[in-house]
Amino acid sequence: MSSEIIVNVCMGTGGIAAGGDLVMEEFTKQFEAAGIENATVKEKCKLHKVGCRGFCARDVLVDVNVDGAVSTYQYIQPEMVSRLIQDHVVGGRPVKEWLVGDDYHTFHDNQTKIVLGDLGKINPESINDYLGVDGYKAAEKALTTMTPAEVIATVKESGLRGRGGGGFPTGLKWSFCAANKSDQYYIICNADEGDPGAFMDRSVVEGNPHAVIEGMIIGAYAIGASIGYVYIRAEYPLAVDRLHMALKAAKEHGYLGEKLFGTDFNFKIKVKLGAGAFVCGEETALIASIEGERGMPRAKPPFPANKGLWGKPTIINNVETFANLPHILNKGAAWYASIGSEKSKGTKVIALTGKIRNTGLIEIPMGMPLKDIIFNIGGGIEGNRLFKAVQTGGPSGGCIPQQHIDLPVDYEGLASVGSMMGSGGMVVLDETDCMVNISKFFLEFTQSESCGKCVPCRIGTKRLLEILTRITEGEGKEGDIELLQELAEDVRDSSLCGLGMSAPNPVLSTIKYFRHEYEAHIKNKKCPAKVCNKLLTFFIREDMCVGCGMCLRACPVNAISGEKKMPHKVDNNLCIQCGSCFDACKFSAVLKE
Amino acid sequence: MINLTIDGKSIEVAEGTTVLEAAKQLGIKIPTLCHDDRLKPFGACRLCIVEIAGMPKPVTSCTTPATAGMSVQTQSARLYRLRKTTVELLLSDHPNDCMTCIGTGECVLQELAYQYGIRENRFAGAMREHKRVDHNPFITRDQNKCVMCGLCVRVCDEVQGIGAIGYAERGFEAKVIPPFGHDLDCVFCGQCISVCPTGALSGSIWSGKPRMEGVKFTDTTCTYCGCGCNITLRSHGDQVIRVESKSDNHNRGWLCVKGRFGFDFINSTDRLTTPLIRREKGGHFEKATWDEALDHIAKKFNEIKEKNGPDALAGLSSARCTNEENYLFQKLFRAGIGTNNVDHCARY
Repeated sequence: MSSEIIVNVCMGTGGIAAGGDLVMEEFTKQFEAAGIENATVKEKCKLHKVGCRGFCARDVLVDVNVDGAVSTYQYIQPEMVSRLIQDHVVGGRPVKEWLVGDDYHTFHDNQTKIVLGDLGKINPESINDYLGVDGYKAAEKALTTMTPAEVIATVKESGLRGRGGGGFPTGLKWSFCAANKSDQYYIICNADEGDPGAFMDRSVVEGNPHAVIEGMIIGAYAIGASIGYVYIRAEYPLAVDRLHMALKAAKEHGYLGEKLFGTDFNFKIKVKLGAGAFVCGEETALIASIEGERGMPRAKPPFPANKGLWGKPTIINNVETFANLPHILNKGAAWYASIGSEKSKGTKVIALTGKIRNTGLIEIPMGMPLKDIIFNIGGGIEGNRLFKAVQTGGPSGGCIPQQHIDLPVDYEGLASVGSMMGSGGMVVLDETDCMVNISKFFLEFTQSESCGKCVPCRIGTKRLLEILTRITEGEGKEGDIELLQELAEDVRDSSLCGLGMSAPNPVLSTIKYFRHEYEAHIKNKKCPAKVCNKLLTFFIREDMCVGCGMCLRACPVNAISGEKKMPHKVDNNLCIQCGSCFDACKFSAVLKE
Repeated sequence: MINLTIDGKSIEVAEGTTVLEAAKQLGIKIPTLCHDDRLKPFGACRLCIVEIAGMPKPVTSCTTPATAGMSVQTQSARLYRLRKTTVELLLSDHPNDCMTCIGTGECVLQELAYQYGIRENRFAGAMREHKRVDHNPFITRDQNKCVMCGLCVRVCDEVQGIGAIGYAERGFEAKVIPPFGHDLDCVFCGQCISVCPTGALSGSIWSGKPRMEGVKFTDTTCTYCGCGCNITLRSHGDQVIRVESKSDNHNRGWLCVKGRFGFDFINSTDRLTTPLIRREKGGHFEKATWDEALDHIAKKFNEIKEKNGPDALAGLSSARCTNEENYLFQKLFRAGIGTNNVDHCARY
């Protein structure tokens, strides 16, 4: 047997959580075992750990590549490894029933991968793998053949905009920074990803850390920064480990340190771990945190590009922004600008979650219609239920209803309907989601993550949350919708930083598109989606109930009665609408209305 | 210099001047709660927001530098609404106990509530419930009245250089506390009290004393040391009840623990009001007149000087005397008695 065989095991956080490390271990063990050696496969068989390829729901994903013919397996567990080796690696016959289905290919084929292009293909812990995909060529090109001004001009031409949420043109921001006279400039990579459900930056750092480092080198050269920081969440241990590994390797290879690529340019990168405050993703709070202060935002102007870290001109870009740069430098601004929509160029990485079949990390060209994302890539709504809305931009974004399903997903498109791109979170909601409750969920998050510095955010979000809570608990009053709107507008218009300015978005957008749901809660004391327990009546269908007693035991207030093997009953005078019986029943006999 | 217009009036200001400072120069009053000219701008209270042509949203005038050609509006229906909401939000989490609050009459929040006519509160809801934990004799904290303006934190850091307090917790529960929520352990200069816009910080020894009614304000000079800080005594009847300092004097309103809190000697029953002389060895001190006392001192000094020479004598004066008094004192010793043995606690 003389084939060249490569086995890739997904070892992102998602892959590892699904057992990727155990699968990897099993492969290693079995490759060591006699069978493989006798077949003389060993020296030609490479086992790789690779980063996240986006479809974490199918983990552990394993590629078996025989002479370039790739078969991808899903849901692989350690006990399945021996058969994979026997049948496929040794026998040359793929195990058909474990292969990914058509939906896996639909998921991937409708994407345009630039930032995620090498994720899932290269070993993030090996600089040689990165060098094998033209790694550090872009940095070399920039430093040895271009002036800083030319690099900035290229980035401007490419149309790249900040991927952290703001969408500010990256090249323009750099030019503002470079225009300052200073003895020191700083460049910071913002990897303090904090939106609930978002894992774009984590996956990129875990799956291709060198691309981020290379992007930072290019940016540092453009603005003249000799020191860079990566501000990364301490809750991302794997990303932090791989980042450290990559920094060490880059330094050893001379891509970081002094006289890079034989030029006079020096650049080093320090890592600063964030302690988990959401607000530290805001650039001025992030700067305060690096300086050793409490992560509290500062008023702008002055902008960090003029007066940032330690009062020096500073550029802060997001992980994804940096990861785009090597590709722009390698393939040219015109190539990049040819992808995307009129004002939003390139691609966007999106964390697609919620009530959708294919959840995961995707990368789409800017301007792709919402429905293509949800129904092609995402495979439509789970369980054939009705699509209701999609929440974009994390807790700062808004909910976009069915009527805007053709909306192009780019900065302008999302903003035009009262939402935002944010860092790229997309939560799909179906008919079983209550919009008032969704709004409450995001407010709970922003309120508890407010730094407390400015009044509208500290107290305003608390009051918004209180009003939403009372509506979902059936205590809503006439005028509450108007009060919510007024307060939400005031919090949006007078808060200090992006957190407070955008925290009311979920409230405002749900009132705009789903006002009838608010009204049903307040006026009719009903939750149309049957989510808000306090507004529901629980009862047991006699024809479905088998009298197993599960609900009776689950009820904390003894509101359920009934003989064994006989239909049970709910006493609604005692019921506190906690929903425990509904969750406990295995026969769908408990109904709520 | 930069030219800008505020509410239609044009003004020329130096580079680096904030919009708030420029407005002040024009005599235009913009409400503030977290601002103090003596400290770095903070931008937390959001009351000093103004509208600037070309900017999509209102910005805080305390943090925004004036730029050439800027056109600023400090009053509008929109600004009024936003400011009113901010005050209302603050009041929704503030104990409504102005009747018994030590800050009454000088409270910025109370004044704002009055100006914006807030009686009913649209946002009534949960309120913070901080326990009082102070066991020091100087500073009383009532954190339920704290508006998180950050003035105390900044003055402690920027002026006093101590950093005894900082922020903790997030969201609605955010608060200003000493490290780990321990009892306050600092130099007790009370600078924080002097900048607190509400009754959240007060002097413990002020408690129960008159606030404004019948209180007399007397400007004078602190006698504790050669700095000569300007102070204002608050007195009621023949009692000094509080010492404070105005911000427009040479010490910019800052005082130390002694100047601010060490005034109980004024009305102390232990205070000497006449000279005392111990007329015989082992005897008690007896009241005397000044003439009698000074004659006694002069007689004794002469005896010692004749017997043992002038260097057998030494004089110790006090920094609490004025410069002139201390000058005369050393003159007395050097020229009058003939010795250089003269000193005082702040040194000649």
